Amino acid sequence: MFYVAGTVAVLFAFWVLLSGFFTPFLLTSGVGSAIVVVWFSRRMGIVAHEGHPLRLSMRALITYGPWLLMEILKAGWDVTRRILHPRLPISPTMTRFKPSQRTDLGLIVHANSITLTPGTISVEVGPDEFLVHAISAEGGASLDGSEMDRRVRALELAS
Amino acid sequence: MATVLDVLSWGLLVTGGFFCIVGGVGLLRMPDFFTRMHAAGIVETMGAGAILLGLLLQAGLTLVAAKLLMIGLLLFLTSPASTHALAKAALVRGVQPLLASREDPSPKP
Repeated sequence: MFYVAGTVAVLFAFWVLLSGFFTPFLLTSGVGSAIVVVWFSRRMGIVAHEGHPLRLSMRALITYGPWLLMEILKAGWDVTRRILHPRLPISPTMTRFKPSQRTDLGLIVHANSITLTPGTISVEVGPDEFLVHAISAEGGASLDGSEMDRRVRALELAS
Repeated sequence: MATVLDVLSWGLLVTGGFFCIVGGVGLLRMPDFFTRMHAAGIVETMGAGAILLGLLLQAGLTLVAAKLLMIGLLLFLTSPASTHALAKAALVRGVQPLLASREDPSPKP
């Protein structure tokens, strides 16, 4: 019951943010839509089964965001230089390595962070092995036991 | 103050445009499917990110800013998923990536 009320509240807040109108009719429609959506998704059985949506260390998460942003900027500039370089200095590599994360959420965060960083794309993702395509051999070689790996592991340790 | 914000936001918009063009150039210059995906990645992280930030500065503290933040969040959560799905589908369907190391061991004249 608490979960249902929480979901309705979040959906209604989303409605208000998107609409920006505060007339009684539109607010009532918002509440109605939120309730109907939650009712439908319960009937269809597509409400998240995990029950604990975010089990990440909040303290590690706060430093992870800005760190990932800096990594994206650095890698993005590196790929930009390679694209604009007259001789196109790329050395595409496929790298396999074992991630240190234990939980599904940790693995997803790690794989998504790899793909989000320009120059590396996670192609196959599993608990035992990641297959990553990198645009440069250096980028591919630095993935195994990287700082990203360590930081994402720290994210999930608190759970 | 308004001028400073305007200059900053225009700088970010122009930077975003620059990265979009770089992504396009990369898309044309890269030799194979997977390397082209890296070039496209520049557009969706650096290009879209800088443009959204520039628009955020133009919007100020309004509902539009909240919507722009939502768009940014959506982009940064969904674009890696779609990129990963595309790369995996290509590999499963037999697109052979062009690799640099395969040529390295062979003796060159």
